Amino acid sequence: MLFDVFNYGKSCTVPPVPGQAALEAEHLTFGYPGAARPALDDVSLRIMPGEKVALVGPNGAGKSTLVKLIVGLEDAPRDTLWVYGNPVGACFHRVSYVPQRSDVDWRFPVTVQQAVMMGRYTHLGWLKRPRSIDRDIVEHALETMNLTHHADKQVGELSGGQQQRVMLARTLAQDGDLILLDEPLNNLDVPTQEMIFHVLEALSSQGRTVIVTTHDLGILPIHFSRAIFLDGRVVADGPVSEVLTAETLARAYGVRLCTDEEETEHVHLAP
Amino acid sequence: MFTWLLEPFTYAFMQRGLAAGVLVGLTCAVLSAFVVLRGMAFVGDAMAHTILPGVVVAFLRGGNLFVGALVAGVLTALGIGWFSKEGEVREDTAIGVMFSGLFALGIFLLSRVRSYRDLTHILFGNILGVTPVDLWIMLGVAVVVVVTVVAFYKELLVTSFDPGHAVATGLSPELVRYGLLLLLALTIVSAIQAVGVVMVVALLVTPAATASLLTHRLPRIIALGAVFAVLAALGGLYASFYANAASGATIVLMLTGLFVLTFLLAPGRGLLWRTLSRT
Repeated sequence: MLFDVFNYGKSCTVPPVPGQAALEAEHLTFGYPGAARPALDDVSLRIMPGEKVALVGPNGAGKSTLVKLIVGLEDAPRDTLWVYGNPVGACFHRVSYVPQRSDVDWRFPVTVQQAVMMGRYTHLGWLKRPRSIDRDIVEHALETMNLTHHADKQVGELSGGQQQRVMLARTLAQDGDLILLDEPLNNLDVPTQEMIFHVLEALSSQGRTVIVTTHDLGILPIHFSRAIFLDGRVVADGPVSEVLTAETLARAYGVRLCTDEEETEHVHLAP
Repeated sequence: MFTWLLEPFTYAFMQRGLAAGVLVGLTCAVLSAFVVLRGMAFVGDAMAHTILPGVVVAFLRGGNLFVGALVAGVLTALGIGWFSKEGEVREDTAIGVMFSGLFALGIFLLSRVRSYRDLTHILFGNILGVTPVDLWIMLGVAVVVVVTVVAFYKELLVTSFDPGHAVATGLSPELVRYGLLLLLALTIVSAIQAVGVVMVVALLVTPAATASLLTHRLPRIIALGAVFAVLAALGGLYASFYANAASGATIVLMLTGLFVLTFLLAPGRGLLWRTLSRT
């Protein structure tokens, strides 16, 4: 931990390895201490630069865990996880992360402009104030996400959709190559979802890699070309139409089908 | 009127008390914003209590109270940080156990050797007994706290708002938390002179709590908190001078009074305002 102090704001000395996957996991097994079974069990996958991938699966399938390992919130075992050919954590500029909304303290008093500027911190490091180039980048990101006239508002005053746009503006400002969004679509209205997909599409067409976790299977066919179905291990991986088969769907929603049946029985018994 | 205002400060001990009140008020208010917004009130209270054995040992050996308190404070900050990371027990449980235990150790040590009169100064503060050396220490702590918070302001922001993003950008929220705990230890040690171990938490919580009733902007919460803390220190000094009451208690009462007034009368959000707008 002591040496991590110097990583913050350090310039990227390890260039992406040409021809390597943006993200590669090889026999990645990871469990939380005290848990009965591992959250991720022998997961192997390759995601190439420019791909836009949906990481789907039921709750507790390990989607968020995988994202946390890539970002460095959990420690991945050695030689199991690579970002652009380098071990995770080799370059903080390259990976940008939008956490689940509940992981952010929205009541903490920061302005929209400040929150988006946080995307630039990794380029600044200790004791450095934002430069005019950072302010320009932030202003541009705010413009792209249609937040310019909210710039001086407190993040706590915004609606859920606006808050999610702030997070995406921050990602734009960070200018990363591998973009991870953990359940970004929860409780969002359709226009905001469309706006977010539009921006992700633009990022992907610039050659950036986008990985989105979601348990909402409805939006998948329209916006993603590839889906990885995760349930502790990789259940299916490929084009959306092949991944979303009756079998995988039944797995994902099996629990819900059961409760529906119970409820129906209950209704029958009631009178 | 003016003689009434100025008369107390013809005494040197009142002048020092005033300077101490202003310095401690400012220092506490700056940290208070982060204590309140990050929900660290319990940690702050615990740290004030665990500092007691350090103060008592220094007191009994005739050393500088500040040094004893500082050693205990730093150890507590590291201990709390360690517990929250490695501990098998929940953090608040661990803190609850440790802080009452160490507080008891402090009282045990003191009760064996000295009378309880000495104890009251440490427990409840004695701002009028501040020595010139204490004042220099308070000034030093104030400078360190303000400079550190200004220098690491953006790191404090990001680790409070979105610790996940901080990790993803290579900044350890734990490191920032350790730093904040150390600043907290310094501040508590400096504030113990004014209000004592038991009431320090009031100075760490109430200024920002009051200010957040009036504004949602962090710089304003800090500035307004400082104004409230200094006002309370001043008011407390006057009250203790004319009513011949304990200075620490009067300062805390003033601060609490300001909070209650603000809670009732704050424009737009106060209880009175909301009641009126409903009718």
